[in-house]
Amino acid sequence: MVDTKIPPGAADRTGSHTGKSPAPVKGSKRTWATAASGRTAALLVSPTLLVLTVVVLYPTLMALKESLYGTKGLDPQTGFISDTEPFVGLQNYADIFGDAGDRFWNAFWNTTFFTVTTVGLETLIGVAMALIMHRAFSGRALIRASILIPWAVPTAISGLLWRWIFNSDGIANALIGHQVLWTTEGFHAKVAVIIAEVWKTSPFIGLLVLAGLQVIPKEVYEAARLDGAGPLAQFWRITLPLVKPALLVAVLFRCLDALRMFDLPYLLIGAQKNSVETLSMLAQNEASNVRFGPAAAYAVLLFVYVFLIALGFVRLLGADLVGDVGGPARTKGKSRLRRGSIRNSAEVPTA
Amino acid sequence: MTSTAKWRTWLLHLGVAAVVAYCLAPFYWMLVSSLRRSSDIFDTSLLPTSVSFENYRAVFSPSQGFGRALLNSLIVSGTTTVLALLLATFTAYAMARLHFRFKRLILTLIIATSMFPVVSIVVPLLKLFTDIGWINTYQAMIVPSMSFVLPLAVWNLTTFFKQMPDELEEAAMIDGCTQGQAFRKVIIPLAAPGIFTTAIICFIAAWNEFLIALSMTNRPSIQTAPVAISKFTGATQFDIPFGSQMAAGVLVTVPLVIMVLLFQRRIVAGLTAGAAK
Repeated sequence: MVDTKIPPGAADRTGSHTGKSPAPVKGSKRTWATAASGRTAALLVSPTLLVLTVVVLYPTLMALKESLYGTKGLDPQTGFISDTEPFVGLQNYADIFGDAGDRFWNAFWNTTFFTVTTVGLETLIGVAMALIMHRAFSGRALIRASILIPWAVPTAISGLLWRWIFNSDGIANALIGHQVLWTTEGFHAKVAVIIAEVWKTSPFIGLLVLAGLQVIPKEVYEAARLDGAGPLAQFWRITLPLVKPALLVAVLFRCLDALRMFDLPYLLIGAQKNSVETLSMLAQNEASNVRFGPAAAYAVLLFVYVFLIALGFVRLLGADLVGDVGGPARTKGKSRLRRGSIRNSAEVPTA
Repeated sequence: MTSTAKWRTWLLHLGVAAVVAYCLAPFYWMLVSSLRRSSDIFDTSLLPTSVSFENYRAVFSPSQGFGRALLNSLIVSGTTTVLALLLATFTAYAMARLHFRFKRLILTLIIATSMFPVVSIVVPLLKLFTDIGWINTYQAMIVPSMSFVLPLAVWNLTTFFKQMPDELEEAAMIDGCTQGQAFRKVIIPLAAPGIFTTAIICFIAAWNEFLIALSMTNRPSIQTAPVAISKFTGATQFDIPFGSQMAAGVLVTVPLVIMVLLFQRRIVAGLTAGAAK
């Protein structure tokens, strides 16, 4: 079944190369010939790269091109109805920063506001959850099972669920004893989206931080206790610095995910609502109205925004996404490896 | 036990209860609401006054086309998962085991693509698919879904393959296997749990997709379950059928919840792959 992808000849050829290679030498575990393994690797990796080129790179370039075209319809200069989309150069972008600017900047600030508030709250709640889970010995299975539930609920379903909770006659209003029209335009709509988003995603941060907590050796805490460090000092001086790498990766992922938020505000509040419209919603709305040019321009701007945030993260904080994929050569020189990995991650976009 | 230690245990129990309540309360509310009669749907009691399956019957009434939507979801996410795993298994093996130039760069690139905003892929593809008549087809949903499922699969599997000791292949090759045979006969069977976990995580990611399915379809018969539920109609145009939406939400979520409960240990390991080193 799965092996059909390797042509038998190729597999045998590389196999015979590696088969003849000498027995492993002490100190370097993997001794496969570079040329042969390079060829095998090319064979194994290229299908994935090909698919990603088709489904990611090509559409991205197409969006870039599309953003330079206008919409079909009446040509203001000739008075004819055109069947093709006219080339308008940078007009779509000029509109975004000029006439259509209000809607764009509103969506831009909504996106930014949602990202900052949700990721901030998620980090706080997630770290608290991880600390509790790490300490809890009884009920660990229960807590791990329940923490996966928000993650497993489809975002679209959670949007509908929270719309029901925030309904004017719903449980949220019954609990606070106030009549708030959550799903109408206004700041409360933002609050509703933030609550729903934080509920769904803080367990994810909790899980990642817990994984980070579990690799901290107990001896470190014992030593700190002997030196007279209280629980608070232990948290700030030991726990936080040591889970920082795991936390940074989690925060980076959550930020990039929050920047493309679509399902939740779309279903919880609705399309074309100023209070919650994000850049993704704006681009999707334009595209579904067959205004592909402006839609592509919004999409490109969102892409650039996400890209800059990711770049900033990697540069400033040195978030190492890939981890150590290297072989024997990387075991020494920790600091060099770290710097190298940062540079590599930062190179991604320019390549 | 000293009194401070007792206090701590109590506080910890309280914390555990708080976390569990936080995670389960909204989901519980969906379950309870789905079991109410439409006459007392606005009740706020914690238990339904009388359990009724009225909403579930409404979900499966032929006018909503929910059964078809479930099938569509299954086809789209199933195909996406299988395709992604087929490609990712080989790539991840190369990433974990072989040495070649630009490996780090390629892996970073693959992971970076999963962080792309989906909408910047959907907009141009929507235009392309409109031109070539792919709107309202399965492939119009499967192809864009690959953009985030494939990187996810590669990343997860790479971590799993890296955890397997090199000696496995070396022993197989000393016994006369070629590298291809070692991969086929030793690595794949031993990596089966990892591949399975990755399959679950990928399937859930594809199953939960909404933006692509919403944009690429406009005919109800091809819509996936999340899109279909969001378009459920009530008795009148302005009457949102909360009861049947909650019931359908439960139906869409329960398979995932069961999978999660059965394989929680592995899923947690898969989700946190790469984060903690």
